[in-house]
Amino acid sequence: MSLNIVVLAKQVPDTRNVGKDAMKEDGTINRAALPAIFNPEDLNALEQALRLKDINPGSTVTVLTMGLPRAAEVIREAMYRGADGGIVLTDRALGGADTLATSYSLAQAVKKIGNYDIILGGRQAIDGDTAQVGPQIAEKLGIPQVTYAEEIIDLSNGHVTVKRRLENGVETVKAPLPCVVTVNGSAAECRPRNAKLLQRFKYALSPSEAKAADERANALLEARPALAIKEWGADFVEADPQQIGLAGSPTKVKTVENVVFTAKENLQIDGSDETAIDELMKELIANHTIG
Amino acid sequence: MNFYTDNPDLRHHLSHPLMEKIVALKERDYTDAEKYDYAPLDYADAMDSYNKVLEVVGELCGTTINDNAEGVDHQGPRVENNRVIYADGTKENLELCRKAGLMGMAMPRRYGGLNFPITPYIMAADIVSRADTGFENLWGLQDCAETIYEFANEDQRQRFIPRVCEGETMSMDLTEPDAGSDLQSVMLKATEQPDGTWRLNGVKRFITNGDSDIHLVLARSEEGTKDGRGLSMFIYDKRDGGVNVRRIENKMGIKGSPTCELTYKNAKAELCGQRRLGLIKYVMALMNGARLGIAAQSVGVSERAYREALSYAKERRQFGKAIIEFPAVYEMLAVMKARLDASRTLLYETARFVDMYKIYEDIARERDLSKEERAEMKRYSKLADACTPLVKGLGSEYCNQNAYDAIQIHGGSGFMKDYACERVYRDARITSIYEGTTQLQVVAAIRHVTTGTYLNMMHEYESRPVNDKLQHIHEILVGLTTEYEHAVATVAGAKDQAYLDFMARRLVEMAGGIIMSYLLLDDANRNDSFAHSAEVYAKMTQADVAKHAEFIRSFEPSQLSAYKPE
Repeated sequence: MSLNIVVLAKQVPDTRNVGKDAMKEDGTINRAALPAIFNPEDLNALEQALRLKDINPGSTVTVLTMGLPRAAEVIREAMYRGADGGIVLTDRALGGADTLATSYSLAQAVKKIGNYDIILGGRQAIDGDTAQVGPQIAEKLGIPQVTYAEEIIDLSNGHVTVKRRLENGVETVKAPLPCVVTVNGSAAECRPRNAKLLQRFKYALSPSEAKAADERANALLEARPALAIKEWGADFVEADPQQIGLAGSPTKVKTVENVVFTAKENLQIDGSDETAIDELMKELIANHTIG
Repeated sequence: MNFYTDNPDLRHHLSHPLMEKIVALKERDYTDAEKYDYAPLDYADAMDSYNKVLEVVGELCGTTINDNAEGVDHQGPRVENNRVIYADGTKENLELCRKAGLMGMAMPRRYGGLNFPITPYIMAADIVSRADTGFENLWGLQDCAETIYEFANEDQRQRFIPRVCEGETMSMDLTEPDAGSDLQSVMLKATEQPDGTWRLNGVKRFITNGDSDIHLVLARSEEGTKDGRGLSMFIYDKRDGGVNVRRIENKMGIKGSPTCELTYKNAKAELCGQRRLGLIKYVMALMNGARLGIAAQSVGVSERAYREALSYAKERRQFGKAIIEFPAVYEMLAVMKARLDASRTLLYETARFVDMYKIYEDIARERDLSKEERAEMKRYSKLADACTPLVKGLGSEYCNQNAYDAIQIHGGSGFMKDYACERVYRDARITSIYEGTTQLQVVAAIRHVTTGTYLNMMHEYESRPVNDKLQHIHEILVGLTTEYEHAVATVAGAKDQAYLDFMARRLVEMAGGIIMSYLLLDDANRNDSFAHSAEVYAKMTQADVAKHAEFIRSFEPSQLSAYKPE
């Protein structure tokens, strides 16, 4: 059975290695100081998609990302690992979107893709940590959603069986297709970039990248259609201007505060192991650290 | 961590001026691009591809393979039901390399390979070895596909090489209980069947990755013969069965790499190439490739040892300061870096020589070479032949010295199992033994001392201009070359084979030291970051040459008797 798989991916600033200039004075992220990377949990989602493609020959994996034109890099990274191609949803009108506007815009793009069996995405992006976009897309498309997925155990007869990683254990659920599955960081790591795919797709370009590229790169793009990364705008996906970008974003950031955790006081508990541990536990329960 | 991008020295060597010619020849002026959408369009494109692929190698090595190394060293492989089960980390490493498409890197695209020249392939080996030296063996045995490519028939190439490119592993089954360095004594019996296939019977010992998917086997096909001319090369496919792993060795180092004793019971095999050429032609070619691989492995170990020592020396404080601030410690580190840089520059020089002649050999399979091309092939073949034992011999000794010094710099902590330098020390030890001991590399190298190959190289390097800042090193090396010439004249002039054999290692070390000094000088001339190593290594070589020259000068051949066993 060949599947049409859509993977939602986001290019994010690498917040895992934050230096002192990571934040601007107004409390927003200084994107210039942080390298742009493939959102880690979206890579977990891509791996699940590629595994579905491995066992269902003839399937296609299409990566959809919303962001600046340079987010085409995420599509290429996915192609180096086995994705067939992708779409950058990019438009000035889409800028400043909160999760509601983002999920609306992405849902419009998914509708434009049209034929899809399953949509996979990371649980959340490391720049926002909201975990809202995946579920909201499912709502807007009117299809089921499975969150916190760790592994797709089976996909057959129009259903997908997914192992979910929850706080207190695991749960296996079955959902009818098409559906949205958001994948947890505890899922299998994404496969490495492949040497052949890397050499094949390093000249893959989006239309705005092609404009800046040299003649040869454009000739290649002409000769090899697989190198074309699509670029869609708000009009193309028939998005309602009132529901996208800043206009479509009810979330307003009032202020951003820098919170520095400081230990106010120390408590030292002495005694034999058993009594000291007992005392420590009581103390922790008393100040509501646990329990 | 990325073990490629964190090491700018590698890019320096990859971008050597000769590469432009190597790549153009290897890619037949970039004509493959018409047929394969992953073939390079021109030199810059090819270099960009090598760079990108080496970044993948560096990423895997700097993360998973490096992280797995300690666990692999502890767990090691085991044998169950006559089959090898790799350590869990080894399995994961192999799977990653397969998925990343890093198998069959040097094989032509028509068999599923990446068609990389030897130079970037050897660079990958250098990087892998820094992460996990034992794993470099399993990954590096993809080299064996080259023997199939060069000597097997087209049908065999098409059946076996794509499997290697897909990630099946290989082994070269050469040594036996009574045939180690002396492969002429191989006894494994090959018997021809009426259908043209062969059956193998006997025992092989010390076979690295002996439970591989595709084996190259050296066996005696000519009944009644006793020497190397009765041996042929065979391909054994594990799918056919007949070869069992009796046991694996419990080794000091490279524990993740299973060293097997194999029993062959009527194992079906097919002849590779022509009968009787197994040892005298195919193993010799195979060994040269394998020796370059061990040289790369040694350089990777040297790099690792140096980095472990450097970071500890910066971190560890005694007497109120970091120990790297003490001359006794920083001298050791400077010398370690000099050995590393010296062996690495010779490694890539050799790799380029190998590339040049092998690519011409390959072109000769498609068309006749011009007179100039033939002459160039011959010249590079000779240079490769001269440099391979030099870099294998000296590079492996250097990595052992670096591993020793790395522990010394760690002090008591280095003697504990807590630091990686302890594993590096054990892993280093085999490099100067397998694929021919250092003593055998000297045997292979000495004729290039007596016939003047090394001296000609020195003169060629001497003629290359260097900038003013390096002029004083150039002058030192010119003087050392004269000293070397005198020493060679003294020893060779005596016309006494035992005396020559006795002095061979000294002469080879002198030659190697001077050649590596010249190469480092060239590196420093292209890239200022090598200036310190060029200086330090030239100083070391100056002292070593003086020591050897003095020993030779004051030695009478008759004094040999004092060294002989009673």
